[in-house]
Amino acid sequence: MGVAVGLSGFAFGVTSAGAGLSLLQTCALSLLVFTGASQFALVGALAVGGNPFTAAAGAFFLGVRNAFYGLRLSQLLALPRSVRPFAAHWVIDETTAVTLAQPSRRSARLGFTVTGLTLYVLWNLTTLIGALGAEAIGDTDAWGLDAAGPAVFLALLAPMLRSGTERAVAGLAVLLVLGFLPVLPAGVPVLVAALAAPAVLCVRGRGTRRTAKEAGR
Amino acid sequence: MSVWIAIGATAVGCYLVKLLGLLVPAGALERPLVKRLAALLPVALLAALTAQQTFGTGQQLVLDARGAGLAAAALALVLRAPFLVVVGAAVVVTAGVRAIAG
Repeated sequence: MGVAVGLSGFAFGVTSAGAGLSLLQTCALSLLVFTGASQFALVGALAVGGNPFTAAAGAFFLGVRNAFYGLRLSQLLALPRSVRPFAAHWVIDETTAVTLAQPSRRSARLGFTVTGLTLYVLWNLTTLIGALGAEAIGDTDAWGLDAAGPAVFLALLAPMLRSGTERAVAGLAVLLVLGFLPVLPAGVPVLVAALAAPAVLCVRGRGTRRTAKEAGR
Repeated sequence: MSVWIAIGATAVGCYLVKLLGLLVPAGALERPLVKRLAALLPVALLAALTAQQTFGTGQQLVLDARGAGLAAAALALVLRAPFLVVVGAAVVVTAGVRAIAG
């Protein structure tokens, strides 16, 4: 997991520098945002000249999943209220995966802290190396490094495509983004494509609403 | 300046949703529909971002070396290659196709 995070951090540093962000801006993102997919989405949107708020909105929607990780974690970790604002920064895919796999509250707290701290340091260090490296390399496109961002997205997406519903959402999102790309301002097509999620739920929901309700009780 | 605005908005927004999860009482967001939507939203966004960053250049759709790179990444994923190999394949194939195409 450390290798994957390190490589993503490096790829993010390179991508962000390639998108025209300064070293300080790139490092600020990794220090302050610390949720990889959102950071990639933001610099991708800024690279194509998106408005800052549309760009931030795409990154924000991608970060919403962390709220649901927090829900699971808060029951498991039972942190004092005063600690939660600090712990929140480390609520990401990887820390959640490690924490949920622990057998007891004690080891869950330890797992969360160790994973959070390690990945935070690693992510920021590799971002810095990537951004510095990109400045040294010059033309990052010649090295194919502009393909790293979408490859990271694809690698994150692949394990999520478990059932027909997920595949339908992904397929519709691709059609929407490519269809609207030539006609809408930069950054907006991705937000339109996000509507694939409620749209597919709506269509599928008609058949499964009853079972969902029963499962919810 | 607008880059800093985007960075600030993203940092604040992403931090607040993380904190929200830790602060709200359990059950408040645990409705099945909300959970389903939260699980599907990243699927839609990641698929859209992959497509946009592979086939989009500004406001134009193009099929270039990145398409070949992403095809290599997809093949690596089908073969259950580790993350490192998936991203590496995309980068190497994209660079290779560009070098050959001149």
